[in-house]
Amino acid sequence: MHIAEGFLPPLHAAAWTAVATPFVIHGTREIGRTIKAHPEAKLLLGAAGAFTFVLSAIKLPSVTGSSSHPTGTGLGAVIFRPPVMAALGTIVLLFQALLLAHGGLTTLGANVFSMAVVGPWAGYAAFRLLAKAPFSVRIFTAMALADLATYVTTATQLALAFPGQTGFVGAWSAFLGIFAITQIPLAIIEGLIGVLIVKALRTWAAPELEALGVLGRSQTRGEASTEKVSHA
Amino acid sequence: MRKHLGTLGVVAAIIALFALAMILGTRQAPGEGEAFVGTDSAATRHIEASQPGYSPWFKPLFAPSSGEVESGLFALQAALGGGLLGFVLGTLRERRRHRAAAADGAAASDAAAAPPEPRS
Repeated sequence: MHIAEGFLPPLHAAAWTAVATPFVIHGTREIGRTIKAHPEAKLLLGAAGAFTFVLSAIKLPSVTGSSSHPTGTGLGAVIFRPPVMAALGTIVLLFQALLLAHGGLTTLGANVFSMAVVGPWAGYAAFRLLAKAPFSVRIFTAMALADLATYVTTATQLALAFPGQTGFVGAWSAFLGIFAITQIPLAIIEGLIGVLIVKALRTWAAPELEALGVLGRSQTRGEASTEKVSHA
Repeated sequence: MRKHLGTLGVVAAIIALFALAMILGTRQAPGEGEAFVGTDSAATRHIEASQPGYSPWFKPLFAPSSGEVESGLFALQAALGGGLLGFVLGTLRERRRHRAAAADGAAASDAAAAPPEPRS
């Protein structure tokens, strides 16, 4: 999903930067607010940032014969709400743009919008819409969708910038062919990794997750009572 | 053991998907020099092919000088993320164990401090 440095026409680059900036500013403020309201959740915030840091560094092979990397933004979006991820995702993208020549400064706005704005919101929306589903299903769907939505957004951004001879729809399906199909198995893998991480967090950080509103009271109580049983 | 069965199942599914991708993906691109090229560079190539008139108007300020340096920096990114994630998970786990032990200790001392049941 990293649009390479210089690979968006100046007008598009400026427009996406303008669109992404308010999300990042709001997200940065939201981190401050979250830490103030839930000082005990600082560790979890570190975990959410670290998770997207490690996942977006790993390129995985896919069934299409190309490789791509997961985004890891769904976890933080579910735990801390999407605005926080707009700020954390930007840190990751800046690191990669400056040190790895992966993505770029001119395309940072577009990349932030796909990975740190659309992805987290898509994942969070799925998590909320599936409120009645089993918790693991909600986490899986949120993580996988945050990943996939990011790449669909990148394909859209590139098709808008480079419609070529085929027009927007033709270019869009071409870019979707490059990004989205490759990403489907990776999104599933990311969803499964998310299920494992959240399982650990539910065991070890249930009070924080409850305070942040991720776990409903009933879910925590169920967890706590089984814990007591196993403890006794 | 039953508690860990689900976890093992998920890990097995991840490994199976990875293996499936390696097998099917290798078949997809036979003889094409580079298998498993990154989608990001595939997109860049597509732009260069479909819009030959376009030339990138900005160059990265710093680019790793070789593939080895680049993969090292990617490993550094993964190590930073994985290290912090492991630290947080370990801290949370130990903290919960301490709290459980403290709660047990409190319960035990409560029981000891409570006046004995009146015998009749």
